[in-house]
Amino acid sequence: MIRNIINLGDAAAYCDFGPEVNQEINKNVIKYFRNIKDRNIRGITNITPSYNKLIISFDLSVTKFTEVKKLIENLEIEEKDENLKKMIEIPICCDEGFRVDHKRLENLLKIKFEEILDIFFHKEYFCYMTGFIAGMPFLGDLNEQLRAKRLETPRVKVPKGSIGLTEQFCNIYTYESPGGWNIIGRTPLDIFDKKNQDFPALINPGDKVKFKKISKDEYDRFKK
Amino acid sequence: MTDLKNNFFLIERAGIHTTFQDNGRQNLNHIGIPVSGVMDKRNYILANSLLKKEQNSAVLEFAYQGPLLKYTGKKIYVAVTGNVQFQIVKNNGETINGEAYRVYLIEDKDQIDIQSTFSSVYGYLAISEDFELDKIWNSISTNTKAKIGSNNGEKLSNDQKIYINHNNRDRALTKLNYVNSKINYLRVITATNFDYFLEKSKKIFFNETFTISKLTDRMGMRLEGHNIENFKNTNIKSEGIVKGVIQVASDGNPIIMLADHGTIGGYPKIANVISADFDRLAQLVPGTKIKFQEVSLEEAEKLYEIYNLETNNLVNQII
Repeated sequence: MIRNIINLGDAAAYCDFGPEVNQEINKNVIKYFRNIKDRNIRGITNITPSYNKLIISFDLSVTKFTEVKKLIENLEIEEKDENLKKMIEIPICCDEGFRVDHKRLENLLKIKFEEILDIFFHKEYFCYMTGFIAGMPFLGDLNEQLRAKRLETPRVKVPKGSIGLTEQFCNIYTYESPGGWNIIGRTPLDIFDKKNQDFPALINPGDKVKFKKISKDEYDRFKK
Repeated sequence: MTDLKNNFFLIERAGIHTTFQDNGRQNLNHIGIPVSGVMDKRNYILANSLLKKEQNSAVLEFAYQGPLLKYTGKKIYVAVTGNVQFQIVKNNGETINGEAYRVYLIEDKDQIDIQSTFSSVYGYLAISEDFELDKIWNSISTNTKAKIGSNNGEKLSNDQKIYINHNNRDRALTKLNYVNSKINYLRVITATNFDYFLEKSKKIFFNETFTISKLTDRMGMRLEGHNIENFKNTNIKSEGIVKGVIQVASDGNPIIMLADHGTIGGYPKIANVISADFDRLAQLVPGTKIKFQEVSLEEAEKLYEIYNLETNNLVNQII
């Protein structure tokens, strides 16, 4: 489970679940995340899961590292209800104008774009984490054939809704932001809605995602 | 019926970066929402304490040049904290040179002209009444990069009005004697990727002087002067980051994460600034030269206890 717990500065515990990035390790991270979160432990101010790490921030006026470490080590970890994990379908349009990096990907992967899309849409993805910008999901694992490097120089602006690929992951830009992932299309859905204060993020760690290809007409209808 | 729109500040000049802030929002990093909140906690606490406000009350935070505010409404009291040069222009034309850490009475058509902060970055303006703001995830803090929080996630702009919910609070015209201290070195604890760096680089990090660059804002502070070479990996698997983390980007320059930092990052972390130094870290102006000094976790905890004690003592001095 947790390989090692060390301090990150004086107000956070850094839980290392191992060097690999795979769903099994990540499911462990998420399980710990949910267990700690549900306990509403006094003094804990943030719990941030990622691929294979869990960072627990705390208020140094209330508790300290040795106490938090002991608490995590002695925590009884329960299996959480699988029903909490959702299957979400995301429509994407990959037509001209939205498939910004299709030429770059064809060159890098040596596969025709149509085939890239066939491989991409064929799979179901797993949400490893959300973050970087509000609600941005990091989804994996991409088929081995689709693994491409990120852009050497990130774009200053990637439009909201863009779907990007890099190495074993794809992500969705929840709003316009700088970014360096290879863009294949765009979704008309709001992946992050700050007006929905209870559940602002449509996709959460542990959720499954399936993409559905739509036409430009369908995209426009969604937008209305 | 009372008109809620009777008490307001007209922003005649917004200043460089004036935002509403409180202690920020917690327990949302896992969906990518930054903490935000005030950059200099002690000066924030003192501003609210001078006016006997509840902690976590909204204040205006300004950087470098502050706002020029024209008040309309029933009398209120204000306090400014930080190293701040400001004036109060009374409705009869009289000009008062403002002193930070002192409570002032503001009446209809008075103006507060916050000219600048000096040898520091941030200052605070608190009021005895309440700014009319909606909390988003339990905080009014504005994060202009993520476009979250009060004023539609934007900094204040010229000619807008900010409204005040008036409850007729009376306040003593009290003051506090306080001088902000400075630091020439930042105290740090080595971080999780410390061993990614060459021995030579570790020595440079602790022995050489770094300069705060102009690329510094509420998200982060970039430092220049020396290249911190990495021999393992200039990118790591993205993982959570916290305030005070010093990441080293692929160009070898250190970046210190501040209040509005993104929730995850992919650069190796060499060290972490200790919590006791956060306020003074945020106040370092571009061009300042600083050094890093290593402390242990136990020392950092002790220093934070002392920092809290000092803040409480200051709050208790306010009558």
